[in-house]
Amino acid sequence: MWSLSNIAGITQTWLNATFNPTIALWSEFVIVGVLVIALFAVLGLGLVYMERKVAAHIQIRLGPNRVGPMGIFQTTADTVKLIMKEGLTPDGSDHFLFNLAPFVVMIAAMLVLAPIAFAKNFQIWDINIGVLYVSAVSSISVIGILMAGWASNNKYSLLGAMRSGAQIVSYELSVGLSIISIVVLSGSLQLSDIIASQQDGWWIFKGHIPVIIAFVIFIIAVTAETNRAPFDLAEAESELTAGFHTEYSGMKFALFFLAEYINIFIVCAIGATLFFGGWMPLHIGNWQGFNQVMDYIPSSVWFISKTLFLIFLIMWFRWTFPRLRIDQLLNLEWKYLLPISMVNLLLITVMAIMKWHF
Amino acid sequence: MIEEIARTEQGDMVINLGPQHPATHGVLHLVITLNGETIKKVEPHLGYIHRSIEKMCECLSYRQFIYVTSRMDYLSSHINNHGSALCVEKGMQIEVPSRAKVIRVIMDELTRIASHELWWGAMAMDTGAFTPFFYAFRERETITDIMEETCGARLTMNYIVPGGVMADLHPDFQKKVKEFIKLFRAKTDEYNELVTGNVIFQNRMKGVGVLSKEDAISYGCTGPSARGSGVSCDIRKLYPYEVYDQVKFEEVIENGCDSFARYLVRIREMYQSIGIIEQLIDNIPEGDFQAKTKAVLKLPKGEFYSRVETARGELGVYIVSEGATTPYRIKFRSPGFSNLSALDHMARGSKIGDLVAMMGTLDLVIPDIDR
Repeated sequence: MWSLSNIAGITQTWLNATFNPTIALWSEFVIVGVLVIALFAVLGLGLVYMERKVAAHIQIRLGPNRVGPMGIFQTTADTVKLIMKEGLTPDGSDHFLFNLAPFVVMIAAMLVLAPIAFAKNFQIWDINIGVLYVSAVSSISVIGILMAGWASNNKYSLLGAMRSGAQIVSYELSVGLSIISIVVLSGSLQLSDIIASQQDGWWIFKGHIPVIIAFVIFIIAVTAETNRAPFDLAEAESELTAGFHTEYSGMKFALFFLAEYINIFIVCAIGATLFFGGWMPLHIGNWQGFNQVMDYIPSSVWFISKTLFLIFLIMWFRWTFPRLRIDQLLNLEWKYLLPISMVNLLLITVMAIMKWHF
Repeated sequence: MIEEIARTEQGDMVINLGPQHPATHGVLHLVITLNGETIKKVEPHLGYIHRSIEKMCECLSYRQFIYVTSRMDYLSSHINNHGSALCVEKGMQIEVPSRAKVIRVIMDELTRIASHELWWGAMAMDTGAFTPFFYAFRERETITDIMEETCGARLTMNYIVPGGVMADLHPDFQKKVKEFIKLFRAKTDEYNELVTGNVIFQNRMKGVGVLSKEDAISYGCTGPSARGSGVSCDIRKLYPYEVYDQVKFEEVIENGCDSFARYLVRIREMYQSIGIIEQLIDNIPEGDFQAKTKAVLKLPKGEFYSRVETARGELGVYIVSEGATTPYRIKFRSPGFSNLSALDHMARGSKIGDLVAMMGTLDLVIPDIDR
């Protein structure tokens, strides 16, 4: 009754009944825009808080516990601090590119939110090339990072940006190939179709070992693509101080910081959609009672919890592993992940043609 | 600096790592010439925190200057004090009571473990893993608590005076140390599981920062950094002082010559130190903790030298006396300085990320290098 798709439907009907179609369409745009920005802020705050708590738990600390109950307003306080700070632009920098870069990174992150299905029938834009769109738009952010590194007129920033460029461009291939393996199985690029194809079981369960391999490669590659440890060479605190955003301060830094967490959310949402059935509840065969209980849990809860699980995995990596070196990082991609995912894609294609999956 | 840039070839990038940089664990200033990510030259620039400790010591009496030495290598401050006190005792021909000798050695080894624990955490942080730092500090904290109970300070202990130690041991000392030994044995296995066995960590360390045995000797490297290259240089074995000739321990030598070998030396050394403490903790002889000395010490005219094994290598203390109440000249031979000089040789041709890891394995403490 109160599911997200119903609310969206009711709003749309009311708008169309009250205003003429043009105004209705425009107000829909505005509502969606406001929602995306709100989601952006809430996700950023929530994920930063989650990261700090997860890190604290792993590092035998307490984490934030002073601002608000359990420290939940800590990130809000930090954001207020960052807003009040002066956004410095270094003297020797390219002012235009320097100020543009955080927005490029953030807008790229915002755009990718469009085709993600947050709940049953709740999607901003169900584009028929959804998966292609996601992988294309998410790679725009590397331009922003290169811009930031180049325009800062700082050698550490430049090194960080160049590392990041090499890294994102390489790991995109593995991400692409593991996404394609699911496209091959489900036979569609549209995210809603991919979710619908997992009606009777998620691909991670249906697809035998090749899909599990594809998932593992996907998780490794997206960790690298979002510049997270153990692949955080672009920032590499102990080597490059803060990498490409060394020179940024105040809100411009906060935009990079937020974009990083939104990117994590997006890649995990895509992972959850492709491998864990998006908003689909967990069904076990013909066990009617269990399946019905699972159906009672709202689809948005399913989606969010699957995504959070993947995000937790990525955070767990960060606080456990040492960092790779740049040549080891590229070796891992070009010598191991890429050949493995190519062979794996071949296996999955054979599997899809022969209908060997469940 | 401008000349430096002019001298480099076209396409090289000169970058200042430090003095304020998270990787240098202090204020070391390295001028690095890079070709892309590959290091062509590393040039340490010293002097940023030069406090002229040697000159300060020359203005202080023989009792007072020992405390200044705590500020050189602050992570093994107790061992610095020990070396200086040994030199004064040698000059004054003071016979240290056997109780004080044992106490000094136990505290030395506790300091060594504390220093290596901190190094281990910082080392892991240099390679990008943050969590081990907190684990290392958890164990180190128990040592600093023991220190605090015994002599009132946690980092710069100033526990040693010429002729013995400042005060007798705390009544709980033995119990606390035994508890620590138990904790340590359990936790160090956890460390090895978490970091030493990690594939990424091993790939970052093996075959990186190679320093051959010949080079280690010619650069004057000492301590774990040299023992990782197969050089036998443990002062505790070669020139035993206090009761080191009466305890059983092994000089840890690894022949890998790379960063991983130096890492393993320190990890294994912690176990050896625990072994030494275990042998001594139940056998602290009764008696005075301090020899009776004159109120004002005056070293006879001459030159005196003593050497001790700190957590970083050989610390030499050289005193020239003119028979006055203050030393005429003092020179410290600090281990970090010589170890740092090998950095350029080790780092050439490797990546900038490895430079940070190499600095980690050399266990540089900047105030020790730059006195």
